[in-house]
Amino acid sequence: MKQISPAPLEEIRQKFSYVELDERQNIIVPADKLLELMKGLKDEFAFDFLTNETAVDYPEESKLEMVYNLNSICHGYTVMVKACVARDNPEVPSLFPIWGGANWQEREIYDLLGIVFTGHPNLKRILLDDRFDGYPLRKDFQWESGRE
Amino acid sequence: MLKTQEYTLNFGPQHPATHGVFQVILTLDGEKIVKAEPICGYLHRGIEKLAEARTYTQVIPYTDRMDYLAAMLQNLGYVQAVEKLMEIEVPERAEYLRVITGELSRLTSHVLGTGVYALDIGAFTGFLVCFREREKMMDLLEELTGSRMTLSYARIGGVADDAPEGWLDKVDQLMDAMPGYIDEYNGLITGNEIFQARTKFVGQLSPETAVNYSLSGPVLRGSGVNYDLRKNMPYGIYDRFDFEVPLGTNGDCFDRFYCRVREMEQSVRIIKQAVEQIREVDGPVMGKAPKVLKPPKGDVYHEIESSKGIIGYYVVSDGSNKPYRVHVRRPSFVNLGYLDEMVRGYLIADLVAILGSIDIVLGEVDC
Repeated sequence: MKQISPAPLEEIRQKFSYVELDERQNIIVPADKLLELMKGLKDEFAFDFLTNETAVDYPEESKLEMVYNLNSICHGYTVMVKACVARDNPEVPSLFPIWGGANWQEREIYDLLGIVFTGHPNLKRILLDDRFDGYPLRKDFQWESGRE
Repeated sequence: MLKTQEYTLNFGPQHPATHGVFQVILTLDGEKIVKAEPICGYLHRGIEKLAEARTYTQVIPYTDRMDYLAAMLQNLGYVQAVEKLMEIEVPERAEYLRVITGELSRLTSHVLGTGVYALDIGAFTGFLVCFREREKMMDLLEELTGSRMTLSYARIGGVADDAPEGWLDKVDQLMDAMPGYIDEYNGLITGNEIFQARTKFVGQLSPETAVNYSLSGPVLRGSGVNYDLRKNMPYGIYDRFDFEVPLGTNGDCFDRFYCRVREMEQSVRIIKQAVEQIREVDGPVMGKAPKVLKPPKGDVYHEIESSKGIIGYYVVSDGSNKPYRVHVRRPSFVNLGYLDEMVRGYLIADLVAILGSIDIVLGEVDC
């Protein structure tokens, strides 16, 4: 079996003092430091590929959690980065200036979960109609048939 | 005083060259594309939301309906994600059956992609010839799973059923014949002078841009970036097979197309090895998975190499029998994100060539 070297999490934690690691070895970062961390991960740790970007709604904790999955093509390792935002008036900086791949993925998150990405060049709904009311992937969204 | 003016044109949503229901609003200067605004979502069914109200097993058929041309690969990504979350072991024989059906799915998708691309460019015969082999593979998949396209064959912990008697011989026979068929495609399509004139040096993509825009699959490898998860992060038992990753050099439509054709040869190689090795492996095709699946609290992200690129599943469990959240990173969707910049400056006829070379399937784009 080809061994994939694990991501250099200790180095990342030393370099960026504000990050924490959770029990699954994911990086937790405050939303206001997100852009700085991501720039550092790309330039200094060769995480060149933003493979996945999504968000999860946690109404009980009244927060939305951003989830980023980064791959390093040359080193072969991966990392998951998470950042929490308040559920009312959620705002995170757009990663479009760092990775072009964030473009449509952020539009999708805006469309379905209502997170506003500041600095995104074209933030509008992508899958749903422009006149659609509400954000369907939020837990309190009720759809017409009401099927549980 | 002579004056020129830009005008807009709707490409789709109802147009056969969009490969589904997909619209591009073009701003044109004569025949030249100034701006292209892709509009998707016509096929949005809210699969991610529906998954939250289904049990873990009930989600599997929904994954079929995203990339319905390579359903097994969609199944596989999902079940492997849940298995990772629950730490379920999959029996050897099931792993081999997953590889065989997965690569058969990749072949059906690539054969269709090749044929439809020829049709986009205007070569009707190439299209019909490709469908001939696709039909043979679909017959095999039907014999195994009972369904031609929406297979739902993978299960959390294994696969639905063992191969029927003689099925592996039939697969082996078809794989023996495939190189001859692929030669035929090359003669009919790849070597065609008009086809080459329409696709070479059209829609060129640099490796840096391809990586920056998170493009994956043959679109990324056509630009010469060696990134195939089957090699780079082997999942399942892919590290046991001997195969190569075809790469392009120019990053144009032709390279993306030709990568796909050469990937078919590699899939044939993998299947032949898997069929040979599975004959020595006996045993069950389902692992020890509980009847009611309740993964521990937590989340997992797992990605595999689908026919269109990297398909990733992010699954969150709250400890109940239904997933708290399922997100799918769909390769067709992410690959489309660069379409606007890619077609700017080209002629309107090139849009069909470029869009076809990305090889999208709208069920996956819209999810």
